[in-house]
Amino acid sequence: MSRSTRIWVALVAFAVLAGVPLALPGYPTTLATEMLIFATLAMSIDILAGFAGRTPLCHGAIFGVSTYVMLYYVTVANGSPWLGAALGVAAAMLTAMLFALLAVRTSGVYFLLVTLALGMVVWGVCLRWTSVTGGENGIRGTVRPAWLGNARVLYYFILAATSAMTAAMWRFVRSPFGLTLAGIRESETRMRALGYDVALHLFLAFAVSGFFAGLAGVLYALFNSFVSPSTVGLAQSVEALLMAIVGGVGTLFGGLVGAAIIISLENLVSAYTERWMMALGLLFIFTMIFAPSGVLGRVREALARNGKPRT
Amino acid sequence: MDRRNFIKAAGAVAAAATGPAYLPTAAAQSGPIRIGLLAPLTGVVASGGKEMVEGFNLYWKQHGQTIAGREIQVTVEDDASNPNTALEKARRLVEQGNVHMLIGDLLANTGLAVAEYVKGNGVPYFIPIIAADDLTQRKRIPNVVRIAGYAASQMPRPLADWLYKKKGIRKVVTVSQDYTFGHEQCGGFVQTFSELGGKVVGQYWHPLNTQDFSPYLAQIQAANPDIVYAMETGADGTRFIQQWANFGMKGKMPLCGSMNLTDQSIIRNLGSESEGILSAAHFCEGNDAPATKKFVADYEKAYGKLPSLYGFSMYSGAMWLAKAIDGVKGNVEDRSAFLGAVRKVVLDDSPLGRPVRLDEYGEPVYDVFIREVKKRPDGKYWNVPLEVYPNVSQFWHYNPEEYMKQPPYSRTFQGIKG
Repeated sequence: MSRSTRIWVALVAFAVLAGVPLALPGYPTTLATEMLIFATLAMSIDILAGFAGRTPLCHGAIFGVSTYVMLYYVTVANGSPWLGAALGVAAAMLTAMLFALLAVRTSGVYFLLVTLALGMVVWGVCLRWTSVTGGENGIRGTVRPAWLGNARVLYYFILAATSAMTAAMWRFVRSPFGLTLAGIRESETRMRALGYDVALHLFLAFAVSGFFAGLAGVLYALFNSFVSPSTVGLAQSVEALLMAIVGGVGTLFGGLVGAAIIISLENLVSAYTERWMMALGLLFIFTMIFAPSGVLGRVREALARNGKPRT
Repeated sequence: MDRRNFIKAAGAVAAAATGPAYLPTAAAQSGPIRIGLLAPLTGVVASGGKEMVEGFNLYWKQHGQTIAGREIQVTVEDDASNPNTALEKARRLVEQGNVHMLIGDLLANTGLAVAEYVKGNGVPYFIPIIAADDLTQRKRIPNVVRIAGYAASQMPRPLADWLYKKKGIRKVVTVSQDYTFGHEQCGGFVQTFSELGGKVVGQYWHPLNTQDFSPYLAQIQAANPDIVYAMETGADGTRFIQQWANFGMKGKMPLCGSMNLTDQSIIRNLGSESEGILSAAHFCEGNDAPATKKFVADYEKAYGKLPSLYGFSMYSGAMWLAKAIDGVKGNVEDRSAFLGAVRKVVLDDSPLGRPVRLDEYGEPVYDVFIREVKKRPDGKYWNVPLEVYPNVSQFWHYNPEEYMKQPPYSRTFQGIKG
């Protein structure tokens, strides 16, 4: 596919997404909004999990810190939403950098466990620091500027933001820096022998990932008007990671597919049975058996087998 | 199509597939009345959630699922004991299910999340279980009404008054789960008690899901109070009562507690350990008022167990809604008229056997029983009334405006005088 066709198809796809509120107003638009936000979070996880080969279990916490800061700044401290958003992203990035300092020298299951523990610390703080975080009850309040009040406008705003972030992340993982991350994933020792500062690269990758997770957190604050410890909890981190895995780790856009699949499944199945968690569990098991590289990874393999050009 | 575009298209299709039936609001006053019931059917408080659904459905079943000529359609959604899920499900019930009203949720944080959501769209939301004080006090929302529910700090006040005046209790200790519901109940208790002149010699807060109470029990023994006030919900309540007995405290030191400590959901799984514990509540399953007896018998017949507070509250909540729906002749589409009718309801045939009405803040005023856990002839334990305090409002004897100037109860503010 030539560059111009690709751009053309991208525009068509964008138009399809843009058509969601027109074709399906009401609840599906709300779901699509949520899907876009979690897709961003899943993609930010993929930067680490897929490209740097470090699977983090703390992104719910990073994401939630930004949501907390934004909601606190706007509803409790009565600040402006824009400054609140900036502070939220800054807080998320700081959290990510702090986590990175403690975690980048580990890998594999140790990295998973260290990030899990760090995420739990954030959860504990949010739960117990009642005077600031509201404890169990969390923080509530609308942080949306008036012009974003309408569900359709909000959707378009989030679609625009998500598209820009997706493009930025795509550019990032395809940059020379992104390629060194892939190098670290493939062989850390070789990269070190070649003179790359592996820890520094991972630190920066973590920070960038935290930046995007923080942006997703800000969008979530706009969308949800509410945050509680369950947003920074382990379940949130796991869910976002599963989105990335189901979609396909290392494909970046897998995050979008994974978020779409999981969020729609959650909502479809829970309408019929209270055992919707079980359906999700089965989905993960089947993904692992039949498409271990995720939905998108599977598609990519199939395309490669048929000798079609890959992009 | 390349990868990126395939994904976007797939995402759009998936999103599209999730909402097959978005219907515009049905024409007024025709078709069923749709009620969205949110209950925790999974997660930490799942057992309470199931009893909520049972209680709510029992009423509609008894009344042929029809009120004012319109069918009542109840859609149950699981809030998973998680505020984000509750919010998601509330959105779905309103935006996709087009429900006329929402009711339910058990944990305060789930209720608060849903309340914030309906604040923006005006959907009536009823909270028979959510006890967070401020939802009918400092942060009340016009379309959120606590029909058939209670405010956390409302019920312990008569208990404190009764203990001080009738039992000569002067020194208390409180032990409670460390979260808002506990802070508010203990606050109501110790503020009333200390204002009468009683002394609070210790307050112990422990995290939710405490396995071992021995450190607290040892401290309580050392403090040597006249009575211990315990505020425990769920499995913590069961463990506390068991360990209290195992420690040999039962019989040596009197124990009283919040109504949820001796609720059927807890004591039906216990034996004689629970006997003699005092509490205060509007509902008392062992009361011999004919209305209460009939409700308890019906409930036992339907579900094979004595009703808990969850089942009872949702049953009366349904009753309350039925009256209000009748009041507007089924026209629930007119939200302000419907909410007006809800606020005007006087529930005179409630299972309490006493009329219930709302104060102007959307909180019921109750006759509150001082209760004691006793053994029934068939060996089951239940709460029986010892005395009744008529017309207890959420503001007790205070002036509402004055009262709301004090900060909400928290771990650091308990309103203790002197």
